[in-house]
Amino acid sequence: MKIACFHLMPYRDLDSDFDKKYNSAWFTLPFEDVADREMVSKYYNWTLDELIFAAESGFDGVCTNEHHQNAYGFMVNPNMMGSVLARATRGTNTAIIQMGETAVFLNPPIRVAEEYAMLDSISEGRLVAGFPVGLGGDYAYSYGMAPVEQRGRYREAHDLIVKAWNSKKPFAWNGKYYQLPMVNIWPKPSQKENPPIWVPGNASPSTWDFVIEHDYSYCYLTYFGAQGAKHMVQGYWDKVEEAGRDKNPYRMTYLIPVGVSETDAQAEADYGEHIEYFYHKLLHMPQELLLPPGHMTHSSLTHVLTKKPFPAYDELNNLHYKEFNDRDYLVTGSAETVTQRLTEIVKELRVGHLLLLPQFGSMPHNKAMENIERISKGVLPHLRGIWDDEGWEDKWWPAGSSASEKKKKAA
Amino acid sequence: MHKLKQQVVPVLGDKLEITVNVAGKGKPIVFFHSAGGFYWDDFLDGLADNYTVYAPFFPGTAPGKPDELEQLDNLWDAVLAYDDLMDGLGLDEATVIGHSFGGLLACEIAAQRREKINKLVLIAPIGLWKESDPYTVADWCALSYDAILDVLFYDKNKPRALKRMMRPEADSEEAALWDRDFIWTIGCTAKLVWPIPDKGLKKRIHRVTADSLIVWGENDKLIPPTYANDFKQRIVNSEVFTLSECSHEPPIEQTEKLYAKVSEFLTA
Repeated sequence: MKIACFHLMPYRDLDSDFDKKYNSAWFTLPFEDVADREMVSKYYNWTLDELIFAAESGFDGVCTNEHHQNAYGFMVNPNMMGSVLARATRGTNTAIIQMGETAVFLNPPIRVAEEYAMLDSISEGRLVAGFPVGLGGDYAYSYGMAPVEQRGRYREAHDLIVKAWNSKKPFAWNGKYYQLPMVNIWPKPSQKENPPIWVPGNASPSTWDFVIEHDYSYCYLTYFGAQGAKHMVQGYWDKVEEAGRDKNPYRMTYLIPVGVSETDAQAEADYGEHIEYFYHKLLHMPQELLLPPGHMTHSSLTHVLTKKPFPAYDELNNLHYKEFNDRDYLVTGSAETVTQRLTEIVKELRVGHLLLLPQFGSMPHNKAMENIERISKGVLPHLRGIWDDEGWEDKWWPAGSSASEKKKKAA
Repeated sequence: MHKLKQQVVPVLGDKLEITVNVAGKGKPIVFFHSAGGFYWDDFLDGLADNYTVYAPFFPGTAPGKPDELEQLDNLWDAVLAYDDLMDGLGLDEATVIGHSFGGLLACEIAAQRREKINKLVLIAPIGLWKESDPYTVADWCALSYDAILDVLFYDKNKPRALKRMMRPEADSEEAALWDRDFIWTIGCTAKLVWPIPDKGLKKRIHRVTADSLIVWGENDKLIPPTYANDFKQRIVNSEVFTLSECSHEPPIEQTEKLYAKVSEFLTA
């Protein structure tokens, strides 16, 4: 299997009482009140250092994402990060996983087709092209577009981008949301068959249908634990089977925060405060900011409100390290314990691509680096072969990362 | 209480059907509801004593028809849909009343269908915008249920306010569906005005020739009452009527005073 290092790039040093003064860590939190510009410079560079170190230490890929106007993670253009990472890992197999630049935030969205193609060229074919629908609040509040149109724009932007990559000749695009007289992007992606497309989601069946129809890899980005994910993920695999697709585990990507300590007993002292900062402070956001009216389709809204498949963010304040760890919201412990628990999760959910989050919440740079090293040495080698006996090919791994002549630097 | 009938009228070349609530007898009044959705209140019921009141659901907000919203891409589509609707209802002459989001629609229709609108009543309409009194859709879309109550009402504990916003018992399926309808309705109406409801009315409002009454709650916490004067300056034959102890819901909060004033205005 493939294991990549994901980073959110949070603001790591918010005052402990900021959530009493401000009703959200997202969208409305004033930068000038709570943030320090010098620290922000450090965060960007630490984030890059941590990801580059992960690549050097043996992770198969590095992964960045896009969000706006918040302390949770503010890589407003993940391709700027990806570009640095692509160059820093030149000559290796490290996949550059963008999860991703969000097409509907941009007008015209072919900007994503262009930037991904450029990044695929710089990385010599190591790009994974993430296609997020985008967070409702980012789209509606930060970028000022009507929530009810987000999904329609997403579908159209996707079709436009894929056509822009594959069309042999310039073409005109007359869509509902976008009109362009001559689409003829320069460059095209380095990977001739297109960069592999991964679609992140939060268990919305309409996203599953989209992923399966196009034969993409689905990334389940939940923060509510592998135990709670079991039922949801089974729903995805059932749909895969119904559609007549194979059970290739690389159709499934899963994200989880991980902390490796010397011993199990040491884990709470090492990671407890950082994961509580993550859940209590960085996810401090009222529901109406997370989900602007109209963001969800009528049927999804009905499902979410009547079935309550995940808790409201504010309820997370009632949980602490022990519950987070017990419920697999994160996995911590000795390398042996983490290996064993991740193996169970991977097999249970049938995960081919595992995205690990070794820096979370308030975790400082040195501790993040230690954690990356412990994971690389003590965990990764024991996970990699999990699916070998089933003999699946990873159709969603970039061509430039599979080339046999390249070696991992750390190898 | 008058008995409501529902009438379905095809518009936009039969691509969309608008569901209209109809009650009363007499000359026609078309009422456009606010972003919170259609609600038959005592103010409308009073009007139905002397008029035929037509109160269309905004497309997408009629029960069981959420997909209808897809037929409207923008404000211009909505104005033409309502123009078709009034033709479909055979209204060669009508009074138009609109509240908040519906006030914007009413004003646009009065600017489009000029000679066929005899009187216009705008109750705390959105649609104009100035730097000195800014407001955005986030002021009602990014609020919790409790926060919305505080904004909409001068006194949220008055019986009519409680009745309007009465939510089934928490944690029940009914409460979830009530929330679903409320959120969905706000999401539908927001489609036309996101993120700031300044969509060009200022370039068209001079075309309104109907005698116009502009109503505002003195204590409006959502759309600042100073906008009453901005509408008055732009509409030739207009007057302003303000209500004390009233926020953004004059039909709910000052029902009798509003009804008396509107009745007088319509018969003058």
